[in-house]
Amino acid sequence: MRQKDFRLSSDTQVAAPVRKTALNATHRQMGAKMVDFNGWDMPVEYPSVGGLMKEHLAVRNGVGIFDVSHMGDIRISGPQALDAVQHITMNDAAGMGIGQCRYSAMLYPQGTFVDDVIVHRMGEEDYMLVINAGTREKDVNWVTDNTRQFDCKVENLSDNFTQIAIQGPKGVDTLQKLTDADLSKVKFYWFTHGTVCGLKNILIARTGYTAEDGFEIYVPTDEATSSRIWNEVLEAGKEYGAIPCGLGARNTLRLEGKLPLYGHEISDSINVWEAGLDRFLKMEKGEFVGRDALEKAKTAGLTRTLVGLESIDRGIPRDGYPVMDLDCKEMGYVTSGSYAPFLKKNIALAYVPVEQSEIGNEVNVQCRTTPVKCKVVPTPFYKRPKKQS
Amino acid sequence: MAYPADYKYTKEHEWLKIDGSTGVIGITDYAQNSLGDIVFVELPKVGSEIAAGKTFGSVESVKAVSDLFAPVSGTVTEINEALNTTPEQVNKDANTTWMIKVNLKNPGEASGLLSTADYEKFIAEEGAH
Repeated sequence: MRQKDFRLSSDTQVAAPVRKTALNATHRQMGAKMVDFNGWDMPVEYPSVGGLMKEHLAVRNGVGIFDVSHMGDIRISGPQALDAVQHITMNDAAGMGIGQCRYSAMLYPQGTFVDDVIVHRMGEEDYMLVINAGTREKDVNWVTDNTRQFDCKVENLSDNFTQIAIQGPKGVDTLQKLTDADLSKVKFYWFTHGTVCGLKNILIARTGYTAEDGFEIYVPTDEATSSRIWNEVLEAGKEYGAIPCGLGARNTLRLEGKLPLYGHEISDSINVWEAGLDRFLKMEKGEFVGRDALEKAKTAGLTRTLVGLESIDRGIPRDGYPVMDLDCKEMGYVTSGSYAPFLKKNIALAYVPVEQSEIGNEVNVQCRTTPVKCKVVPTPFYKRPKKQS
Repeated sequence: MAYPADYKYTKEHEWLKIDGSTGVIGITDYAQNSLGDIVFVELPKVGSEIAAGKTFGSVESVKAVSDLFAPVSGTVTEINEALNTTPEQVNKDANTTWMIKVNLKNPGEASGLLSTADYEKFIAEEGAH
C-alpha cells in the first residue's frame, strides 16, 4: 500500500519553515494526526475521538471545534477605509452595519481571484478582512499595494489571534455557556464583542466554513490562554457531543456545502463568472479591481462553469482527476472531490464546458485507471435545515 | 493490535496468510490506521492474475488513495465482496478482513517477505519519522 493524501493545498507553494499555531501542543496531546498545510503544522484529524467521519458528523448533528488560527486578518482603517475596501473587493461593502460580515473576494485586473475574504465592519471607518492561510503574504502585499491612493492604514493582524471555530447546530448553546454576550441577538454573518471564558472584549462572529450554523472567536495567542479556552469550549460542548475536528473534516464539510477553496474552485486562473460566485459580485457599485475584465468576459460569454457531480458507478472522483464526455474525450477537471460523510455519496466539484453543465447530464471522471460515470447534480449538495423559530 | 505470527508482510503494508496452495491477502492494522476511515476498496476480478510487487487494486479513505501491492503472484480465486458495501470493516479488524484469495503460482516467493518480527521493527522505524 502506498498512500497518496489529497492535501488541502492552495496553489501557493510555501518553502518557509513549518509554522505552528498556539494550540499545536494541545493538538498533539490530544492525539491529532498532524500534516503540513500550506506551511502550517495542522491537525488533519483526531483518531483519538474517532477520526474524520465522526468529526464531520459531530458538526452536522451537534458541535465540533476547530483551530483555524492559520487564517489571516488584515485591518483597513481610516477616513477612506470604505473606499479602499470597495476598490479591492467585488462585493458591495457600502451599507454594511457595524458588526456585519460579508463574503467577498479580491480580484486581479483580469477578473480572477487573489483570494476570497470575509469583510467585517468593525467600526465607522474600520474594516477587517479575514483571509486564507496559504495566501497570507500575497494578500497582505496585494492590499498594501492596491490601497496606497487612499487615506487609510493597512495592518496585518494575522498573528494577533488564536481563532477557534465552534461549528454545528449546538454551537450557539455551547458558546453561550461561556459568554455574557446574548448570542441569540447575533444573526448569521454578524458579530459582537463580549467576555468569553473571563476574557473581556473578545470578537465573536457567527461565521464559519462548514455550511452549518456556528461561531468563530478570536482570542489572544499566548499558549496558556489559547489552550485553556480550547479546553473550556470542548468541556462546555460535551453534553452536545463536542469533539475537536481537523482540516480533513473542515474540507469535507465545506465541500458538501459547495464553499470554495482557494487553489481549487477559485484561483488566479479562474474568473468570477466561471466560479459561479456572481451573487457576491456587485458590478453596479462602481469601479473596483477586476471589474472591466469581468464586464468583457460577460459579453464574450462563458466557456466553462463549476458544477456538482455525484458518482453513479462505484468510485470516488478526486481533486485533479480529468472529466470526460461519455466518449471519453477530456473536457474538464475535478477541483475537489471526496466521499461525503453526511450525504454518504461520492461527490465532486468540477469545471466542465457550459454545454455539459445541465442538471442530469452524465459525464465520466477518470478515477486513476477507471472511468467512473457521474451525473451533474444541483448544488450545494448539502443545505442546513432552516431553523424553526 | 498484535500482528499475527503466522502471517508474512510487505513493506507496503499488505499481509499474506498461506493456507496450503492458497494465499490470503489483506492490509495491516498499521495501514488502516494510517489511512483513516476507509470508504472504498477496488479489487481485481476473480480469475485475473496478480504479480508479486505489482498493484492489484486500491483502497481509499476519505482523504487518501492507496495502491495495493501483491505480496505474491497467483490467480485470484475469491474476492471479499462484502467490502463493496462495508469497506469500514477493514478499519475494524484489519488482521482478519481479507481482500483477495489467490492460488499461489510460486509458493517459494513468500520466503522473500517480512516476518512478523521484521515487520514490527519496520513500522516502528517508519512511525518514528
